Amino acid sequence: MATVNGEAVLRVDDLRISFRTYAGEVQAVRGATFDLRRGETLAIVGESGSGKSVAARSIMRLNPESNTIVRGGEIIFDGEDLLKLSEKRMLDIRGPKIAMVFQDPMTSLDPTMRVGRQIIESLKQHLSMSGSQAAERAVELLKLVGIPHAEERLKQYPHQFSGGMRQRVVIAIALACDPQVLIADEPTTALDVTIQAQILELLRELQERLGMSIILITHDLGVVASTAHRIAVMYGGKIIETGTVREIFYNPKMPYTWGLLASIPVPTADRSQDLIPIPGTPPDATNPPKGCPFTARCPYAMRICEEEMPGYTTFSHEHRAACWLHHQMAPNIEPPARIGGAK
Amino acid sequence: METSNRQITFTPDLFEPVQRSAADAEKITGSPVGFWGDAWRRLKRNRIAIAAGCVIILVLTLAVVGPWLTPYTAVGQMLDRQYESPSLSGYWFGTDEFGRSMFDRVWAGTRVSLYIAALVTAMDLCVGMSYGTISGYYGGRVDNVMQRIVEILNGIPILIVAVLTLLIMKPGILSLTIAIGLVGWTTSARLIRGQVLRLKEQEFFLASRSLGASTFRLMSKHLIPNVFYIVIITLMYTVPTAVFFEAFLSFIGLGIQPPAASLGALISEGAHQMRFHPYMLTFPAAVLVMITISFRLLGDGLRDALDPRMRQ
Amino acid sequence: MLRYTLKRLVNAVIVLFIITTATWFLMQLLPGSPIQNFEKLTPDQRAQVEEQYHLDDPLPVQYAVYMTGLLRGDLGNSYLYGGRSVTSIMMERLPVSLFLGTQAIIIGLVVGLFLGIVSALKQNSIWDSGAAFLAVLGVSVPDFVLAPLAQYWLGLKLGIFPIAFFESWWHSVLPSLVLSTVIAAVIATFTRTEMLEVLGQDYVTLAKAKGLSRLAVVMKHVLRNSMIPLVTIMLPLTAALVTGTLIVETVFSIPGLGEQFVRSIFEKDFPVIMGTTILYSVFFVASYLLQDILYGIIDPRIRVAGHRE
Repeated sequence: MATVNGEAVLRVDDLRISFRTYAGEVQAVRGATFDLRRGETLAIVGESGSGKSVAARSIMRLNPESNTIVRGGEIIFDGEDLLKLSEKRMLDIRGPKIAMVFQDPMTSLDPTMRVGRQIIESLKQHLSMSGSQAAERAVELLKLVGIPHAEERLKQYPHQFSGGMRQRVVIAIALACDPQVLIADEPTTALDVTIQAQILELLRELQERLGMSIILITHDLGVVASTAHRIAVMYGGKIIETGTVREIFYNPKMPYTWGLLASIPVPTADRSQDLIPIPGTPPDATNPPKGCPFTARCPYAMRICEEEMPGYTTFSHEHRAACWLHHQMAPNIEPPARIGGAK
Repeated sequence: METSNRQITFTPDLFEPVQRSAADAEKITGSPVGFWGDAWRRLKRNRIAIAAGCVIILVLTLAVVGPWLTPYTAVGQMLDRQYESPSLSGYWFGTDEFGRSMFDRVWAGTRVSLYIAALVTAMDLCVGMSYGTISGYYGGRVDNVMQRIVEILNGIPILIVAVLTLLIMKPGILSLTIAIGLVGWTTSARLIRGQVLRLKEQEFFLASRSLGASTFRLMSKHLIPNVFYIVIITLMYTVPTAVFFEAFLSFIGLGIQPPAASLGALISEGAHQMRFHPYMLTFPAAVLVMITISFRLLGDGLRDALDPRMRQ
Repeated sequence: MLRYTLKRLVNAVIVLFIITTATWFLMQLLPGSPIQNFEKLTPDQRAQVEEQYHLDDPLPVQYAVYMTGLLRGDLGNSYLYGGRSVTSIMMERLPVSLFLGTQAIIIGLVVGLFLGIVSALKQNSIWDSGAAFLAVLGVSVPDFVLAPLAQYWLGLKLGIFPIAFFESWWHSVLPSLVLSTVIAAVIATFTRTEMLEVLGQDYVTLAKAKGLSRLAVVMKHVLRNSMIPLVTIMLPLTAALVTGTLIVETVFSIPGLGEQFVRSIFEKDFPVIMGTTILYSVFFVASYLLQDILYGIIDPRIRVAGHRE
């Protein structure tokens, strides 16, 4: 996919978010910086526990108020810092400007409300449409996301739709007010593989047609390759590498990224290839390590990795990574042979 | 490489690889806590539940030890000391119309009430759990029929059954136990059946089966840990319910009769004397309420602590 | 939906059948007979009366007579009160209990819903803790403790309410209040739990993500989904209400069904006991049935059997 060079529609700068829990303070996001350009799809890739969902929800301020602490950072959208806006102003942003699609279509819709009404709710709230106008638009939206017999479907309840169809409805709701940014949090994880492809295809079409910018959150690099322009790799609450899709897939610079790419099942004629998962588990968010978060599981870890957090090294206009291996004093490490050309 | 503003002096030794065995990578960072450890920790945080637990222990202790604390007994009448108000120097809880020490009667009554509750709970668990296990394990038609029976039993209110039972059997500890426990076991039966069904679908069950383990051993070995949870929760819920029902039945005249004491009988007597001797109601009522509240709070706390879904 | 309803109906009928049969059976075991308090009868008159009451017929016949009588609403005659029919005794007392009960439900519903919703929305605040405390208290302090206490403190000592009898509406307020405590407590706890669970659901977060204000989210999505399960506690509430009226009417000497029931236990007036038991059973079974049917109507997942793509 061609890279998109444009101005940044959304910029997240050194975001730090923690939660208060019975076990102590959970530092979910510890300094994430990335930006989203107009008309592009940015994929934020990471394991569960890396903080990617929290970061995404923070953009829309959807984290539970009672135990969320914003420890620092800015989220700049349309010239304002979203973290500092009043709740009232956020209501105008959620929906018309930034919209979100969640992971599990089975639980994303109110089971006791007809589907059409759930779409129209948004239209009435933000666009002050009349009942009939809103109904028309709702039908348009359902058609847009590829749901047949849209007029009848409007009147049905969520349980009458299959998983893939429900996710389309959720997307329709998100698109209702023509947002500039769509945040898709693992939109295909709960669906099976054939439906996954359909939904991703749908997102791509919609982006081309409507010119939306999309943040796609996923733990599955395979999903990313066909839909994203740029990738940000997240681990332990930090963004550790960003770059275009080509750069990340063909020239990754970080052991964690190497590990992610190696763990993608690649169909080859030689069936003997094993799945190589990265051994170990993510760091404890209540007691995060003071150095690079990947140290415990990194096969190339050095003493300095345990002590200090590495800074970013810029490899190209888009490509940055944070790893001590790039320091001039570090030994020269070549990425494992299998990585280059993983796609 | 951009670095933070902190001054770091880079020395070559910092860039040496960390010596590590393959096993280290698998180590879970952060203190590893098992299921029970985590549950206990969560329970400890819940101060209300801990307080409730202490109250229960206190009540149980007094129920057993109470009579020894005073020179009086629960049935000994001292007709010249009727209706004495509670005082620290005399009778701590006062006396009733026959001059009996309320303190002793209250704790004797508590013993009886708790004893009945324990019997009911035991019956509940035995019947319920066997019923549920059999129903779940055998499945098919047996299960269908048994579940149908349970559905019907559920529709029969405890009050009705209790009243009917007590009308034909003379009120006493055994009859009360049967009256209260006759229909209450359906909840634990259902819980156990759910567990058994879930277990049946799990792979290790099939694996054990194919290895030829006997039916009974299978069921007991794999069921035990989950059973513990169910038993605890059922206990915490059934005891206050049973105590309540016993008290209720005694209050309307179907339960324990004087001179035997139970919390319900004492409260009933006390209610009649409310106008002139309120202390006769206050003390047994206070004990009853404390038991009920404590079991409920502790039960809630235990349920929260042991609930596998609550683990972050 | 129809099948669902029918199944429930059948269950209800079976339960009632079992209970009425059990009561009849017990009646045979208990001492006393319908004519024990009749005045002295000549042997002829006695024979006549016995035939009238089918006392000579074999048991199965008596059973059939009994059951058919039930369907007609004939529950036999009291051993006391000059042989009045049980049904007429009950019908006289029923309105009073219904009045008390309804009042209690209304108070309990209003207070309970309010406490439940507030404590869910302001979770872990002082409101939540306060409401939780009240709820636990409401459930743990039984009516037979609360009623005498209320009677003593609010009636006797403070003189706000009358102590006993049912001479005016004001007389019914304190008893209804006592009755309502359990109801309010159960509704409050239940509402809170349900609302908290709903609040944590994805579709609520999605509603927020649509840009709906907190108020709109609560009113349009949360409340509806939380209230639906409320139907499921109809049965326990009915049970609480019935046991409550027994106590409250006795303590406050209110001439209702409950007071009659307790008195007839004391007086060993078995026909009245049995009759009232059957009436109560009908209440229970009806509310259980109603609860199931209502749930089927309200939950669209059951009402509109979905057709999958």
